[in-house]
Amino acid sequence: MKHAKPLQTLACLTMAGAMINARADRLPLPGDTPPSYRAECGGCHLAFPPALLAAADWRRVMDRLGRHYGTDASLDDPTRQTLRTFLERHGNPRLRAPADKSGLPKLTATAWFRHEHGEVPARLWHDARVKSPANCIACHRNAEAGNYSEQDLALPELRGKGD
Amino acid sequence: MKRPVLIALLLVSPALHAETPRQLLDTFSAEAARAQPGFAPSAQRGAALYRSAFKHSRAMPACTACHTDNPAAPGRHAVTGKAIGALAPHANAERFTDPAKVAKWFHRNCTEVVGRECSAAEKADFIQFMLERS
Repeated sequence: MKHAKPLQTLACLTMAGAMINARADRLPLPGDTPPSYRAECGGCHLAFPPALLAAADWRRVMDRLGRHYGTDASLDDPTRQTLRTFLERHGNPRLRAPADKSGLPKLTATAWFRHEHGEVPARLWHDARVKSPANCIACHRNAEAGNYSEQDLALPELRGKGD
Repeated sequence: MKRPVLIALLLVSPALHAETPRQLLDTFSAEAARAQPGFAPSAQRGAALYRSAFKHSRAMPACTACHTDNPAAPGRHAVTGKAIGALAPHANAERFTDPAKVAKWFHRNCTEVVGRECSAAEKADFIQFMLERS
C-alpha cells in the first residue's frame, strides 16, 4: 500500500466495511448458500462471494440473466428467485459498483476491489492464464474454498508483493 | 476397497435420475428415429458438429473454444477462464449421467454457440462421438 494516497486508503477501508475486512483473506460462501448457487452460477465462473456487490447490484444482475455479460444465463424462475434472495441477503451495502456498457455492475470495479488489487501489474490482468479480473481462481487458487490469502497466490509474479 | 469406504461412496453417489451415457444416447436416438425412421447415431457427424465453426458467438465460435479440440482433455471457459472438466465420459465419469444437466447444457450451449436448439439427432451424434476413445 505504499503507493496509495492516505485519504484514498481511508476511504477504501471505510467502504470495505463490516462485511469485507480490509485484508479479506477469508471470504467463504455463507452457510446458507443454496446448492444451486454453485451449480448454476459456479458452472461458468467462480461462485462469487455475495459480499462483493451491494444488494441493489445483485438485483440488477438477477433481473437481467437473459443478457448476462454477453451471454444468456437464464434460469427457471424458482431457482432465480432463490438465488436472488440469497444474494440480496448477503450483499454488502457499502459497495458501489460502476456499471459496464450494458448497465450491469462490475464487481471488479468497486473501489474496494481496486484497492485490494492496486499492486497487481496491469499486464497480469491480460495474461492468458488470467483472462479476466473476474477469474479470481487464476491467482487465488483456493478461492473456491473462500481463501484469498496472499500466501496462496498461484502466480509467482504476484508472490511477495503484499504490503 | 474396504467396505466402509465403499458404502460411503455409494451414499454420496448422485442417485437422482442418474443414467449412463449409453441410456441418454438411446433416448435421443429413439427421439430422432421418430422424426427420421432408421436413424442411427454417428460419431463422425458428432465430431463434425463438435468441430464446426458456427461463428454465431464471437467468443465461442465452436464447441472447441471452451472444450478444446480433444473432448477427453480438460477445457477452459473462453470468456471467464474457469476450468472445465473433460467432456468425454471415459475421461470424466460424471459426464452424460444426469439428464437434467445434459438438457440444460445442450440448451445453453446450442443456443449460444450453434445459434439455435440442437435436434435430438444432433444430440445423439454428439454423445456417440463422446463415447469414442480416440
